Amino acid sequence: MSAKIQIKNFNLWYTDFHALKDVNISVEEKRITAMIGPSGCGKSTLLRAINRINDTIEGVRVNGEIIVGGKNIYSENTDVDILRRNVGMVFQRPNPFPISIYENVAFGLKVNGIASRKSVIDETVQQSLEAVLLWDDIKHKLKKSALTLTLEQQQRLCIARVIAVKPQIILLDEPCSSLDPVATQRIEELMIQLKDIYTIVIVTHNMQQAARVSRDTAFMLLGELIEFAETGKIFTNPNRKETDDYVSGRFG
Amino acid sequence: MKRKIDSIIEAIIFVCGILSIIFVALIFGFLLKEGFAFFKEFGVIGFITGDLWYPTSDPPKFGILPLIIGSLFVTAGACVIAVPIGVMSALYISEVAPKGVRDVLKSFVELMAAIPSVVIGFVGMVTLVPLVRTIFDIPTGLTAFSGSIMLAFMAMPTIITISEDAIRSVPWSYKEGALALGATKWQTLHRIVLRAAMPGIIAAIMLGIGRVVGETMAVMMITGNAAQIPYSIFEPVRTMTATIAAEMGETVRGGMHYRSLFAIGLVLFLITFIVNFTADLFLGKTKK
Ligand SMILES: Nc1ncnc2c1ncn2[C@@H]1O[C@H](COP(=O)(O)OP(=O)(O)O)[C@@H](O)[C@H]1O
Ligand SMILES: [Mg+2]
Repeated sequence: MSAKIQIKNFNLWYTDFHALKDVNISVEEKRITAMIGPSGCGKSTLLRAINRINDTIEGVRVNGEIIVGGKNIYSENTDVDILRRNVGMVFQRPNPFPISIYENVAFGLKVNGIASRKSVIDETVQQSLEAVLLWDDIKHKLKKSALTLTLEQQQRLCIARVIAVKPQIILLDEPCSSLDPVATQRIEELMIQLKDIYTIVIVTHNMQQAARVSRDTAFMLLGELIEFAETGKIFTNPNRKETDDYVSGRFG
Repeated sequence: MKRKIDSIIEAIIFVCGILSIIFVALIFGFLLKEGFAFFKEFGVIGFITGDLWYPTSDPPKFGILPLIIGSLFVTAGACVIAVPIGVMSALYISEVAPKGVRDVLKSFVELMAAIPSVVIGFVGMVTLVPLVRTIFDIPTGLTAFSGSIMLAFMAMPTIITISEDAIRSVPWSYKEGALALGATKWQTLHRIVLRAAMPGIIAAIMLGIGRVVGETMAVMMITGNAAQIPYSIFEPVRTMTATIAAEMGETVRGGMHYRSLFAIGLVLFLITFIVNFTADLFLGKTKK
């Protein structure tokens, strides 16, 4: 099994604040890797480093390497747009664009020049919506604004939008934190289905969720990676005391 | 005591509110009265479709088609110039310009808004008019085109400031979502940001153009004031507002000419009303 994402001695600063300290992780292909840890420990920051969306924040500096598909994405000749097409991201709050459902899914195809023929786009839109189990519910209202959907549907749409551009990696930042338990469970089922095709990294502060869906788990604390191992080991027999304290609910 | 002050203030506010309504009603009533008195004698069709405006000849000719077309040319020209430049500037100021440049540009735009229209008209007359004449090699620079440029200049501060607000209030999460899908900065701007800000931008355009539709002084100084049907924007024209302003002083109170100017006012009011109404419809639609 080859490593899909290798994070090597990675550091990140927000201006003067050292938010990630010498992080090392190897994320394996076609499985779900979870990142857990108390709020503010740097989970989102690390996730957002993998598609370089942190670049849009002023004052961010990095040092170290993140290797995706054999190349260091922080090397100078990286094409960030191609990287982001390859590494999709789903955000904490569903953020569909204020345009039609159809246009939301077609957006990535159009901006990346993946397809321009209407029949091809139509087909991809349908396939993507089917993949997130949304098609049957909304096929008759594709022209409606995406903002008319429920929160769960919006989050599914955001996943469909990512799938449409056929990435290899999908990053999810607490994708269920604004959803109710039933919707959360259904999104989790969806993720488990998707891991056969995509390499998935999910940030969550919900330990049960990490335990339910992931194969590997990284535990972070104050910007440092404390422990990274198979999920079963992290939750039952961790090496480090901090991990044990956290997963057994003694802090955080 | 406090109670009393409260109720006095309330009463004052109430009176002010009522007064503004009464004023509008009075103005409108007056416009209607004089306008209709004119229409009763002269007829609506001949007024609107007549192509000659000789209000003082004998018999007088009251055809305002040249004036309507004049207003249309000048305003449409102003839109064509001001809308793209204004919206692009707003986009540049809010999304592209580095902080220092942005602050300078913003104060510059505010300054632009503060220039009185007579001054703009005057400066335009001595600089723009000769320039238009030489560049296009036409007999006179006093043309609809020159008027359009001036009006565009006056509409732009409103369009820029309000569009900029609309663009800057587009949630960051939309931009992030677009960038994360591999869109370039420019694709994000024009496919998502501009679209999300569109209701606000349309409101900005309506307000900006609304500000200059009724503009009189600058237009009167620059468009040549010829009440004839123009065949291109490089000919002198006269607008409806300019006609009212220029001729009101010379009319006999209660006479046909006097009343015809009120009738022009009524037509102007109707046109503005229709434009605003359509804009409202459109805005309501895009908001949903
Ligand atoms: N844009 C930012 N500017 C400055 N500091 C930030 C920014 N975003 C996050 N941080 C800080 O970085 C740390 C890690 O944040 P984050 O990655 O969002 O944590 P988590 O997702 O684990 O809750 C926090 O202390 C937070 O305050
Ligand atoms: Mg977070």
